Amino acid sequence: MAKITIDGIQIEVPDGTTILNAARMIGPDVAPPTMCYYSKLKTSGGYCRTCLVEVTAGSEKDPRPMPKLVASCRTTVMDGMIVANNTSAKVKDARAGVVEFLLLNHPLDCPVCDQAGECHLQDLSYDHGNYKTRTDFERRTFEKIDIGEKIQLHMTRCILCYRCVKTAEQITDGRVHGVLNRGDHAEISTYIEEAIDNDFSGNVIDVCPVGALTDKTFRFKSRVWFTKPVDANRNCENERCSGKVVLWYQGEEVLRVTGRKDQWGEVEEFICNTCRFDKKQTSDWTIEGPRKINRHSVISANHYMNLVKPKELKLNDIKQITE
Amino acid sequence: MGRKILLEHIDVPGINTYEVYRSKGGYASVEKALKTMSPQEVVEEVKKSGLRGRGGAGFPTGMKWSFLAKPEGVPSYLVCNADESEPGTFKDRYLMEHLPHLLVEGMITSSYALGANTSYIYIRGEYFYLVRILEKAIAEAYANGWLGKNILGTNYSLDLYVHPGAGAYICGEETALLESLEGKRGNPRIKPPFPAIAGLYGCPTVVNNVETIAAVVPIINMTGDEYAKIGIGRSAGTKLISASGHIKKPGVYEIEMGITVEDFIYSDEYCGGILNDKKLKAVVAGGSSVPILPADLILTTANGEKRLMSYESLADGGFATGTMLGSGGFIVMDESTSIVQNLHTFARFYHHESCGQCSPCREGTGWMEKIIHKILKGHGTLEDIDLLWDIQRKIEGNTICPLGDAAAWPVASAIRHFRQEFEDFVKNPSAQREVKYYFHCNNIDTAAAYSSL
Amino acid sequence: MSELKEVRFSAESKDLIQNLIKRYPEGKQKSVLIPALHIAQAEYDGWLSVPVMDKIAEILNIKPIEVYEVASFYSMFNLNPVGKCLIEVCRTSSCWLRGANDVVAHIEKRLGIKDGETTPDGKFTIKTVECLGSCGTAPMLQIGEQFFENLTLEKVDELINKYKTESKYSSYLDGTTFRKN
Repeated sequence: MAKITIDGIQIEVPDGTTILNAARMIGPDVAPPTMCYYSKLKTSGGYCRTCLVEVTAGSEKDPRPMPKLVASCRTTVMDGMIVANNTSAKVKDARAGVVEFLLLNHPLDCPVCDQAGECHLQDLSYDHGNYKTRTDFERRTFEKIDIGEKIQLHMTRCILCYRCVKTAEQITDGRVHGVLNRGDHAEISTYIEEAIDNDFSGNVIDVCPVGALTDKTFRFKSRVWFTKPVDANRNCENERCSGKVVLWYQGEEVLRVTGRKDQWGEVEEFICNTCRFDKKQTSDWTIEGPRKINRHSVISANHYMNLVKPKELKLNDIKQITE
Repeated sequence: MGRKILLEHIDVPGINTYEVYRSKGGYASVEKALKTMSPQEVVEEVKKSGLRGRGGAGFPTGMKWSFLAKPEGVPSYLVCNADESEPGTFKDRYLMEHLPHLLVEGMITSSYALGANTSYIYIRGEYFYLVRILEKAIAEAYANGWLGKNILGTNYSLDLYVHPGAGAYICGEETALLESLEGKRGNPRIKPPFPAIAGLYGCPTVVNNVETIAAVVPIINMTGDEYAKIGIGRSAGTKLISASGHIKKPGVYEIEMGITVEDFIYSDEYCGGILNDKKLKAVVAGGSSVPILPADLILTTANGEKRLMSYESLADGGFATGTMLGSGGFIVMDESTSIVQNLHTFARFYHHESCGQCSPCREGTGWMEKIIHKILKGHGTLEDIDLLWDIQRKIEGNTICPLGDAAAWPVASAIRHFRQEFEDFVKNPSAQREVKYYFHCNNIDTAAAYSSL
Repeated sequence: MSELKEVRFSAESKDLIQNLIKRYPEGKQKSVLIPALHIAQAEYDGWLSVPVMDKIAEILNIKPIEVYEVASFYSMFNLNPVGKCLIEVCRTSSCWLRGANDVVAHIEKRLGIKDGETTPDGKFTIKTVECLGSCGTAPMLQIGEQFFENLTLEKVDELINKYKTESKYSSYLDGTTFRKN
């Protein structure tokens, strides 16, 4: 076990735990944001740099600070380590920089993007970004392509988190897409416009933090905050599929089926394409009850749970926001 | 004349062939190491020599070797980094072309020290003609019993192979190099684990630069203590410097560390002074990624001492007034050079070479290039200069590998020491007419990009 | 793509690849991918088509996407057809300081094409590249495995004249580059 202090809060965690997971054990207020790390996918993380933290003391044995900010998702704790996340000005500055880099070529087409409302990049930029853009260069764009009947790839929105590639490698039984080209030309592609045809391919939609991979069966059907998420399950004939899903209702109609996402936005268990795309009748499912959605999420805006009146803004707050 | 160790026999006709190389005492270090020393003793000699990595980072080689994990039943590898791609650096190419056997000999002695039975030389693809030269040297070494099974009748065996890359600066980063050697994209790995624990095929691996490996030969021949006496302080030994740009005699020079920068630039033994006897304006002393320094600061430190060609002296003053020895890529610019235009070639280079894995480097390098290009084209504003500063600051230190830093430092130093030139481009649109030398910017349609400005 | 004939490597190329596979531990034949792509590019007109890459995937027993990922990463692999003579001119700092721009401009003018383009007769392609490690002998260009250094415009003219009549595609390697293990 190792004792580690993050933003002044001490916790004891098993050896080998990453700083990020230690912070998650403390809670969401302390946990650094992530865009590429995904606890269910091996070797994920390290790419986006949003979870950078400052290690002010390396360990009990060697209390020197680490010279650079480190990716908390890929750095394991040491006994006596002291970490600053939200309390570090350096981290906040670097993180604002990362947000700006991620948005540099992102289209900001949220009003027409299906991911809006459950987009991690939206959340990240609200929480950690600036309210101004400092670039006037044309953004990088790609043609939309269908990879298979049910999935659309809109590469323009991609932030190259590599999650979908790792999903294809680790969850499906044959990867046909990957990252092509390099630098800011890099793109997710099959190169030959091959369909991703696999029982578990739909999971790439769930792991995508932005609207680059979307469910074509749900496309433009509704804004996510107008739908009501309900936990449901079925005895799936695919033995690798848990059959535990969330049904997204509008009225009586199931608009889409997804995996169940935890408080970090990661699916609890992967589901098969049959459950995701072909079972859209209430009668296909055993209903468990309403899905609990964090009340700060925009998805809960139209909801029946824990509605709280927003805090009234004071003049100072407004000044801060518009600065 | 300065003392030559690596290039001692460079002028001997036919030194690239086995017979001539051997007749000049070649492969003596292998004999000495395999017959009279234990692998650990070889490592100790290298430690004593004070040799530091010649690829750019300057990490003590002996220490790097001693980090190598030695688990039972797992092979370990030595990989030579011959991916030399740092703009301004061509010493490894020179060494491999003229003294291929020196590298082969160094590989054998070093592999023995590390207990590696298979070693690779990863060479950049553009140097394919050198693959031919090295393959020939290796074949000769096999034929004469220096490679293969039971070398010199000992129970030590070694296979040595050359592996070409295919055009990617990033593969000079050691973990990207290993990825590439495994047949993958040259994406740097996230560390830890370091290669000494899990490198090639997950096995303990040491990656060393060509010049570093070559330097092991004289170290074993003359002993580490003797080698440590050459040079100055912690900058032990000799260093190959690739001199280019506006000088009378560009080329590769072996220097004893500690000679003055002034001597290096102006003496006839080395660069021979500035081309056409113009005035010196600036120097990039250690390859494109190290900070550029104006003439006064490269010749003397901020304290007024003469600047020396050594790790410590070049770094004197930190990044505020100093730079780095880096890979020894010494690029000299005369008074007519536009620093902003030169910076654009660097910025374009890093934009082109970013692997695209992590966001600050992937997006930031392209952004910086575009802004510099915009300034060059006369569309820049004073805010753009500050923006450039802020972008490089947010890339530096926040990326997976040092390419981010390498892209940030030239920008930072150009603004730090030559801000006036940037402002001239902004304030005086006619300056732009003086832009004689520039190519198109990567993936920008210039006409469209500035039509609205 | 349908009109592309079946990819069959020459016996020489096949031997070469098999020879290289032996250089790596068992099961690590993917290591040969980059050299194999060079060999394939040299045999198939200086560029890598999808069928050629698929064939390499088959030989090395890896997924085609693994080949595409690698081929598109490295700047020496051409994913589109190129001219018989691919002229690669360095344009980074030291070459720029010594007039690489003039060299490029001159070639562009002589051939009537721009950077990245191929002449209509398919003879020449010009491509500006980043530092090739020839800074002390700048400006320079590379054709196949050969470096041409300390260029003057006259030297460039000579080169163009020489390669005008060249019938083979320039390549980085041939059957004699690697030794037999």
